[in-house]
Amino acid sequence: MRTNKMKSIRLSLVVLAVSAVPSVASAQQMESHIGKVTGHSESGKQLFYRYCWGCHGFRGDGNGENWLAPGSWLEPYMNIQPRNFVAGTFKCRSTPTGNLPTDQDLYNTMVRGVINSNMPSWITLTDQNRADLIAFIKTFSTRWKNDKPGDPINVPPEPKLTADSIKHGQELFQKLECWKCHGQEGRGDGPSASTLTDSNDQPIRPYNFAVGSRFKCGVTNQDLYKIFMTGLDGTPMPSFADVIKPEDAWDLVHFLRTLQVTHKSPELTLWESTKEGAQQVASRRVSGTPTGSGIKQ
Amino acid sequence: MPTKLGYAAVLAVLAASAIALAGPSGGNISGKVTYEGTPARQKPIDMSKEPSCASQHPTPITTETVVVGPGNALANVVVYVSAGAPDESTPPAQAVSITQKGCQYLPHVVPMVVNQELKVVNDDPTSHNIHPLAKINHEWNRSQPPGTPPFSEKFDKAEFIPVKCNVHPWMHGTFAVLKNSHYAVSSGDGGFTLPNLPPGKYTLTAWHESYGDQTQDVTISGNETKTINFVFKAKPY
Repeated sequence: MRTNKMKSIRLSLVVLAVSAVPSVASAQQMESHIGKVTGHSESGKQLFYRYCWGCHGFRGDGNGENWLAPGSWLEPYMNIQPRNFVAGTFKCRSTPTGNLPTDQDLYNTMVRGVINSNMPSWITLTDQNRADLIAFIKTFSTRWKNDKPGDPINVPPEPKLTADSIKHGQELFQKLECWKCHGQEGRGDGPSASTLTDSNDQPIRPYNFAVGSRFKCGVTNQDLYKIFMTGLDGTPMPSFADVIKPEDAWDLVHFLRTLQVTHKSPELTLWESTKEGAQQVASRRVSGTPTGSGIKQ
Repeated sequence: MPTKLGYAAVLAVLAASAIALAGPSGGNISGKVTYEGTPARQKPIDMSKEPSCASQHPTPITTETVVVGPGNALANVVVYVSAGAPDESTPPAQAVSITQKGCQYLPHVVPMVVNQELKVVNDDPTSHNIHPLAKINHEWNRSQPPGTPPFSEKFDKAEFIPVKCNVHPWMHGTFAVLKNSHYAVSSGDGGFTLPNLPPGKYTLTAWHESYGDQTQDVTISGNETKTINFVFKAKPY
């Protein structure tokens, strides 16, 4: 008798849980368009509640069981909060600040994963799976129903790399005060760096160029161009689209590459071949041994 | 037909006399915002990391989460008509503006109507980034280096939006995006006036960034000046 009762309770709980899932998601139907693939939120829902909700949460608000807000009774398992899809604010976009990203932008993030966070690269899923998931995460915020994604910013073709271009980029780095957060040597240690918080009041670090790790929103020069022209919404990184001319922006890209002293690039090689550049790069490189002997302070 | 015309004529005369009596202005609401209790002590801001701003303040300025005046006056309170007045579909043609000067937002609270133009000015010899932490509107974040011309933005939904500069973490302000232009911000003596209110029943809301909001109902009949006062409970921390 007792086991039967338990069973029926358990069964009703399962029924409750299953019926609760569609109630959240059936609010709206969404589609996504990635090249020739069309994604459907109905299919994406199944995938989301299999792969994503552990971190991004049952309601897609970034409060999954793997992440608990600081101050809750358990310490958070992760130190970076998963994206809150309800807020509808995204870092990696090709669109101007304040705009929704394109489907392709979201798709690219899913393929790439987010470095230095717990978001893996989802290359194991099929193109169709990923497109379906993009369609589904667009159901969490009404922004997708009311707004259209902005038009992607225009990235003009990259001009020829020259030492003058790098030098001019360096002047811009000073003039636009990038160093206030990123530091004079791009180590993410500028005077304002320690006070930065994201839009959820969580501490956030500016990118450290000297470490040379992959950029959060893509590894190419075009991606780097987009980061400061679109801004990373939800973070302290603003958009410079109104204040940098396209040709100047490429100069800044070339200079920023030389700050990545541990990352081989054509820009770094060229800069080191000039007298001024060689001195600068040498002074930025930290040399020494793991034991600490010979470390230049 | 004749009766209808007669009615129209009577109405026209009545309307004309009403306009002659009341003028096109309508009624006014004025009053004072005060606090009771002990407001939080405002702390001096250390701007030593930004010498170009520090030098603009011979005596360090303080935080502005609670700005008070003599006689328990409470400044920077947005008093606005939250119900009773129609939403304005065409925003006022004139832009409102916010100026960044001495690493401070002037004014600290900027009221505006939905879709009204907001002009952002940088009067400092340093870079600022203007970052409204909008939840209902779109969050954006734009850099404004020294010497760059003002730029314009607008918000298409009503919301009280905290705005900050990430480079200078002490800079805080508020964009109060409202549904109609019947609003006022209490001045240093706590006083405010809402002019030109057509007769009707209104709900008045007073909002303060630290003490939340409160409402009062008021009825305006014709050309009169009603006095409405708000008292906020101040918290010492």
